[in-house]
Amino acid sequence: MRESWLLFWRNLREFWRVFRHNRMGMIGAFLLLSAVLIALFAPFLSPYEPSLVIRDATGRGLTFAPPAVHGPLGTDDAGRDVWTQLVYGARISLLVGLLAGFIAMFIGSLLGILAGYFGGWIDTLIMRVTDVLLVIPDLPLMLVLVATLRQMELKISPLVVLILVIGLLYWTSTARLVRSQVLSIKERQFVARARAIGAGHFHIIRRHILPQLMPLIVANTVLILSTAILIESGLSFLGLGDPTQPSWGTMLNFAFDRNAISNGAWWFYLPPGLAIVWVSLGCVLLGNVLEEMLNPRLTAHHLEGDVRVRPLEGEGAYG
Amino acid sequence: MSRRTYLLRKLIFALVTIFVVLVINFVLFRVLPGDPVRAVIGRNVKISAEAQQALRQQFGLDKPIFPDQFLDTLRQWAQGNLGISWSLRRPVAEILMSKLGNTLLLIGLGQLLSIILGVFLGLFAGWKRKTVFDVAALTFSLIAWATPTFWLGIILLAAGSSWLGLPTGGIVSPENVGKPLYTVLPDLARHLVLPTLTLTILYLGEYMLIMRSSILEVLSEDYILTAKAKGMSPWQVLWRHALKNAMLPIVTIVALNLGFTVSGAIYIETVFSYDGLGKLFQTALVKQDYPLLQGAFLLLAVSVIVANFLADILYTALDPRVKAN
Amino acid sequence: MAEMPLLQVRHLTTEFLLPGKGAARALEDVSFDVYPGQTIGLVGESGCGKTTVLMSILRLLPTQAQISGRVLFRGLDLLALSERQMREYRWKEIAIVFQGAMNALNPVMSVGEQICEAITLHGLMPRREAEARTGELLELVGIPKERGVQYPFQYSGGMRQRAMIAMALACSPCILFADEPTTALDVMVQAQILELLGNIQRKMGLAIVLVTHDLGVVAEMCDMVVVMYGGKVAEYGPVDRIFNNPQHPYTQKLLEAFPDLAQPVASLASIPGAPPRLSELPPGCRFAPRCHVCLPQCASEAPPLLEIAPGHFSACHLCKS
Repeated sequence: MRESWLLFWRNLREFWRVFRHNRMGMIGAFLLLSAVLIALFAPFLSPYEPSLVIRDATGRGLTFAPPAVHGPLGTDDAGRDVWTQLVYGARISLLVGLLAGFIAMFIGSLLGILAGYFGGWIDTLIMRVTDVLLVIPDLPLMLVLVATLRQMELKISPLVVLILVIGLLYWTSTARLVRSQVLSIKERQFVARARAIGAGHFHIIRRHILPQLMPLIVANTVLILSTAILIESGLSFLGLGDPTQPSWGTMLNFAFDRNAISNGAWWFYLPPGLAIVWVSLGCVLLGNVLEEMLNPRLTAHHLEGDVRVRPLEGEGAYG
Repeated sequence: MSRRTYLLRKLIFALVTIFVVLVINFVLFRVLPGDPVRAVIGRNVKISAEAQQALRQQFGLDKPIFPDQFLDTLRQWAQGNLGISWSLRRPVAEILMSKLGNTLLLIGLGQLLSIILGVFLGLFAGWKRKTVFDVAALTFSLIAWATPTFWLGIILLAAGSSWLGLPTGGIVSPENVGKPLYTVLPDLARHLVLPTLTLTILYLGEYMLIMRSSILEVLSEDYILTAKAKGMSPWQVLWRHALKNAMLPIVTIVALNLGFTVSGAIYIETVFSYDGLGKLFQTALVKQDYPLLQGAFLLLAVSVIVANFLADILYTALDPRVKAN
Repeated sequence: MAEMPLLQVRHLTTEFLLPGKGAARALEDVSFDVYPGQTIGLVGESGCGKTTVLMSILRLLPTQAQISGRVLFRGLDLLALSERQMREYRWKEIAIVFQGAMNALNPVMSVGEQICEAITLHGLMPRREAEARTGELLELVGIPKERGVQYPFQYSGGMRQRAMIAMALACSPCILFADEPTTALDVMVQAQILELLGNIQRKMGLAIVLVTHDLGVVAEMCDMVVVMYGGKVAEYGPVDRIFNNPQHPYTQKLLEAFPDLAQPVASLASIPGAPPRLSELPPGCRFAPRCHVCLPQCASEAPPLLEIAPGHFSACHLCKS
């Protein structure tokens, strides 16, 4: 156990040496990390409470004030500071995305390992379920689920509902990926040897398979994270978020519903969208680079330019 | 595997999936709290206890949920009876059918444009790998992927309406509402520009990316080297040997993507107040009109499953390895 | 040998530029001649550059490769042509049968169509006649012409390789490159394919360049042989001379490892050590680290390829011309 993890850390260090020089990966990491920092330090980045209504000299709410009037990003329809909502919204968007992503990753990895390791009917069953889930259109299914859960009046936060629904539906790609990886790990010598000396399934999975899977799972989690954040924004835009704790998607829902477009209040509907693109682009860049580094794809193909012919230099040994 | 066995397996899979959808729909419908009669007639309709009891019997709600009520519901659905919309007070099936055409028009246009553009741009990007064009195509795909559908719609809506004077919503102008669509084509086209553009931009990136990796894989196959050794020019190799092979995965992906396309339609129709199934779905959600929501879900899910099956048939027609034997 | 050689390969050197790692020299100073109607074998362990020779001559390498030297086809330097001009020579003059016929045929195009395409591509005859010729070619390699409409996956491995040969003959080339045409086939089929190649050569009088690691095949099929090691020519000459009187220690070891010509089961791996990696070639003789008669100068000084007898070349410090 300890040796495997030591190896994992050594690989990680080795990985960082290569990763440092990858521009795309570094940009992705920067985008993601900066958003995480903003979310963590939200109270230090704004003097207001997110729900505070900014008032002018006469005490009236300053609604739809452009950035020139109230900096840095103006106010919304109710006169609240957009910048403050943006930095606090980062907390909600990232939190929902992270938790949903982790649930999806956990379920996907677990089912993928089970399917790949045990094979047989367990594999068939799990793969059929993923096939079915892949074909059913995801957004309508989620909307129906959320609507039903709300109707049940379970007294749970809408955010929890979002986390659960996203997490419980987006594990299919992880499961397939992990399964195929487990299948190839299982073929390798040391697993067969471990089995031959009578090691238990749990032991083999934990000690031999999981450490080798970890890099792949990490890369995939980053990708899943971007999906989760995008889905969260979409569901919130459709009004399924928590209006008292607005995420970026909820902000866009407010902006759209309250005619920010016809009022020309671009400072209200542009920043939250840009923030979503910022984070999900960061995840995609980072995730793709991680995956590419783990599974390098082909280096050249047959139509890639023509071979170079160099003029002959001098004469060789014989004629 | 022969073509027939292959298609039979796909058909069974489609049927099983449809069955799963039916069960999901039924179960969700049943877990709604409160009196099931309410779920049928609506929440706020005043009704006497006797009338309720009568309805209960009429709808078979006094029978056990499984199998009686389940089978009964299936029978109702099979007959196209999806219940009555609470908010619109009309049969759900009728409402759905009236919106289906509009959505098919939008999705069809967007898919067609993005597939054609995506296939050619992706082909070119893969062939000219690591060139400026390829990097630009990749960057575009990544950004398109990372952009929320509805936000792109909002931006195009804001830009298109203020700078180009394009309509901000609806499927035709108010004065043309109710006329058959083919009589008001120019007006319809103006209303379709922005939603179609949004859909195209979003799916273009994905098809481009898939086509790019597909062509990259094909171009590193041995038969491409054979074609080159035959003395073919790069264009001839691409056109005669690479394109068809690279297109095969696209067929499957397009089918699988139909689910995402439906999601796109929900967002885009909401942003552009486009009078289709997506907008209807969103309205049903906001108004908590459950019969409508359930009916729309059933229709969308079954359509996507059927379309997937059709794509499988198309695939067998394109790939001789499945077609022959 | 009063005839002019069809193909003269001179000082052929091929390098692969590896980003960030410099260049790997896959071939260095490879020279040999191909005469009409003759079969020349290229032998050596895998990774010694046999296939790269064929690919370099046809200029089918990726853009990271850099070739220098001369490849004179009927006196004309193929390496001096533009890519567009080069296309005229591919298949029409020099055709190639690849190693794995499994993947060398397009899976979604009928076999007949793939053969027919090669004929019409070079404008040799109108479509109608090309179709008729496709049938003849299939019959020539022993495939009923009705099966031309079928797809590669409906063929057995041996049939696919036959179809590849039929395709290679489509334009009546004067040189046929055969890159390990029998690997991945079972022994019976291997013999059939080799017999087919021999028959065709006699019938059509074409020259064959046969890449193989099977010395039995060389002994049976070839007139001349080029023994390659680490991207260089170790020994080159007529087959009977080299088999009876090998001068290079590597050739000697190869032949020792292959005791009985009547039983063509090659096992080149029985020479201790491994062939050098192209990115870290030894400075002197490339075989020196594995050589049983290594001299002190072998480690630092690369031996030149010397003509030790008429038509027999060897690159070893022990050999004197």
